[in-house]
Amino acid sequence: MSDEIDNYPFFLTKADRFITWAQKNSLWPLGSGLACCAIEMIATAASRFDIARFGMELFRASPRQADLFIVAGTVTNKMAPIVRRLWEQMADPKWVVAMGNCAVGGGPFPTYAVLQGVDRVIPVDVYIAGCPPTPQGLLHGLITLQEKIARSHPTMEIFRPDARRTE
Amino acid sequence: MLEGLSDFPALGQVHDALVNRFRGSVLKSAFEKKELSVRIRKEELLPVLAFLKSERGFNALNDIIALDNHGPAGKSEKRFSLLYQLYKFPDAARIRIVIDVDEDEAVDSIVSVFKSADWTEREVFDMFGIRFSGHPDLRRIYMEDDFDGHPLRKDFPLIGKEAWPSKK
Repeated sequence: MSDEIDNYPFFLTKADRFITWAQKNSLWPLGSGLACCAIEMIATAASRFDIARFGMELFRASPRQADLFIVAGTVTNKMAPIVRRLWEQMADPKWVVAMGNCAVGGGPFPTYAVLQGVDRVIPVDVYIAGCPPTPQGLLHGLITLQEKIARSHPTMEIFRPDARRTE
Repeated sequence: MLEGLSDFPALGQVHDALVNRFRGSVLKSAFEKKELSVRIRKEELLPVLAFLKSERGFNALNDIIALDNHGPAGKSEKRFSLLYQLYKFPDAARIRIVIDVDEDEAVDSIVSVFKSADWTEREVFDMFGIRFSGHPDLRRIYMEDDFDGHPLRKDFPLIGKEAWPSKK
């Protein structure tokens, strides 16, 4: 028996590290854009900046197949319930990036029509300032999100489903 | 004949026909920067537009513009002005019909003449709260259905009627 195991390569690690390694390197973003920030997001996905390098190139058309919600643009009060609903339709585990000043806190629109920050309707993991953020800025935010995922403990969620969000 | 209109005989004919046909309903005409603007009584809006469309060939409604005359200077006049911008192609002629509406008055919907007025009137209703009687489906078009107020009125505060709810 032991001879047999010796013939195969293996390594030891913690379950959390292995799971988060898989999660952070295959984030599937939801293909959604609300305003001009979406243009920068598209540029980030295209060949010059190429988020395929981080395993994120697969923009999904359905929230049920996505685990990363890049809120790219101005969230109006009329759009807010739809954003919330998209987020609820995403399967756990899921992450949210607020991209640009509008999604972070209303940006240059302190008005009756604009939601003053998308974190009023959904929990946000990473905030990226900028109007719009450059592709480099978005990449920095996404790498920051990867670092955050690497620090998380998915096995805790077996016992406490909200462990990740309440940490 | 209005000053300057003699250089544009086609538009001058339209103006003369309008004044002859709706004598007493045309309150004021102006010709400025090659644009003809005719202010009429609001009760005659539908017949005037139908006349311009069917008999004078103004076959397109470019836009309906609403103005809020709210303020100390405008106390004697009515609260709103509605500007109907008509266009005629292939002649590329334009005419503007102006009516005045008060806050508690309704305006005849012109959807029966120009179908494109449907969403335009909904926009005016949404932003200014001007009601259009006879409109097939007068709902808000931009703001959410339960929104309170009409944002483009000059007495509407920019941040909305209530302060934003604080984060929990």
